[in-house]
Amino acid sequence: MYTDFAPILIFIFFALLLIGALFVLQNIISPKQNKGGDKLNTYECGEVPEGSAWVKFNIRFYVVALIFIIFDVEILFMFPWAVVFQKVGLLALVEMLIFLLILIVGYAYVWVKDDLSWVKMTVRYGRGRYAPLQKKGSDS
Amino acid sequence: MNSVIDSMMKIFGSLGTGNSALGLVLAVVIAGLVVFTIMAVMAIVAVYFERKVSAFMQDRIGPMEVGIFGFKGGKQFWGGIGQTLADTVKLLVKEDILPKEADKKLMIMAPFIIFIASFLTFIGVPLSDGLVVSDFNIGVFYIMAAGSIGVIGIILAGWSSNNKWSLYGALRSAAQIISYEIPIGLSLMLVVIVVGSLNFGDIVAWQADHRWFFIHSPFAFIAFIIYVIAGVAETNRTPFDIPEAESELVAGWMTEYSGFRWSIFFMSEYANVLIISIIASIIFLGGWLSPLAIFGVHVSWLEGPLWGLFWIFSKAVFFVFVMMWFRWTFPRLRVDQLMYFCWKVLIPFALANLIFISVWELIF
Repeated sequence: MYTDFAPILIFIFFALLLIGALFVLQNIISPKQNKGGDKLNTYECGEVPEGSAWVKFNIRFYVVALIFIIFDVEILFMFPWAVVFQKVGLLALVEMLIFLLILIVGYAYVWVKDDLSWVKMTVRYGRGRYAPLQKKGSDS
Repeated sequence: MNSVIDSMMKIFGSLGTGNSALGLVLAVVIAGLVVFTIMAVMAIVAVYFERKVSAFMQDRIGPMEVGIFGFKGGKQFWGGIGQTLADTVKLLVKEDILPKEADKKLMIMAPFIIFIASFLTFIGVPLSDGLVVSDFNIGVFYIMAAGSIGVIGIILAGWSSNNKWSLYGALRSAAQIISYEIPIGLSLMLVVIVVGSLNFGDIVAWQADHRWFFIHSPFAFIAFIIYVIAGVAETNRTPFDIPEAESELVAGWMTEYSGFRWSIFFMSEYANVLIISIIASIIFLGGWLSPLAIFGVHVSWLEGPLWGLFWIFSKAVFFVFVMMWFRWTFPRLRVDQLMYFCWKVLIPFALANLIFISVWELIF
């Protein structure tokens, strides 16, 4: 006996073996000489690399990931609902509207707080020709 | 609908191997080899197709030198038919380079994870009636889940390269892929609401009984559009190819990869394009049903599993062509425009769409 999901595990091991075997093959037939010099340097447009790339990066990526998790879990919860929707009818619609309403309140909150836009305008651009760039309510 | 594994197990059973676990492993390995062949052939054909289509769209000839079996077409479409085969050999015999600053373990691991993600997704993708590795009752859900593993590999590849281009490419790519997963999920949910099943066989059977899903209702058509746009973004293709934007980040998260490791990324990428196209044609364009069914004409000799394979691939190749067409039609978006488009355009539309289709289904 087997379940439908048994192939997944076998596929994982099979893929590891297959790609591993291909790498071994590539190792055998590819040239090995001449690994010295600057060839193994990190590529930075031909210049000598400036420090490491393992740096602290922008918090924006983190916020996007957080919002994503909320929405993804919501989709996860909605799939079972979608399957039985036709059988349950109006009640299912009302329940899902309540569920979605809570989500949409949060969505509206992050939208208003400007967390959905990639570049959050927190800097006052000030005067002259940059004045139109200034965004209302997001300085301070 | 039964699966390929089921059929093969039955054949092994009738041969009297006795051990069913061994039979299962054998059946799955054979299926895996077939899937790998499809992925490799798809990558080879698609690269050639893409180069030629791009060339003709720009009034060039494209590859025209490398023939195959002494066959060379010159200025015709099949001009350099052996070009990608030659490229594959070239990639295989290239020197294997890992930068000395990089985290080598993670860098070796990343291609495996990215390959496994698209390889696993193929388990649930039906190629015709009954021609699926394993017929899950949660098919749609499984495709979404398996497809999103690839992001981990992308982040690993970008971080381990210890290269600024790679890091930025990987982070952008991760942000883009996880964001555009939400419109995809929301638009696929429409068909689940209407059909009441997550199984691809049931979805196509419903379309055979009623009509193809993209003309089911106005909202279904909007969902189709949203799915195609988000699918293009999910596979990192132009106009959403910010992660690999050649003119700003050299090659994005693939910058430090070369030779065979790079070709694995490439193969997975084209496999993802194929998966997105096949899913679009199954969910919205009737899968393995013949196009004549849309007019209510049923020609019996145009149906059956082999014809189903033909129809589904015609539809999928059409989508692949549309993606290449997009590439030479739309300019690349900026990274903030990309996020804006997903979070403030596609997701509100998809959510509203979902509510409207529920009401529509209750009324009709």
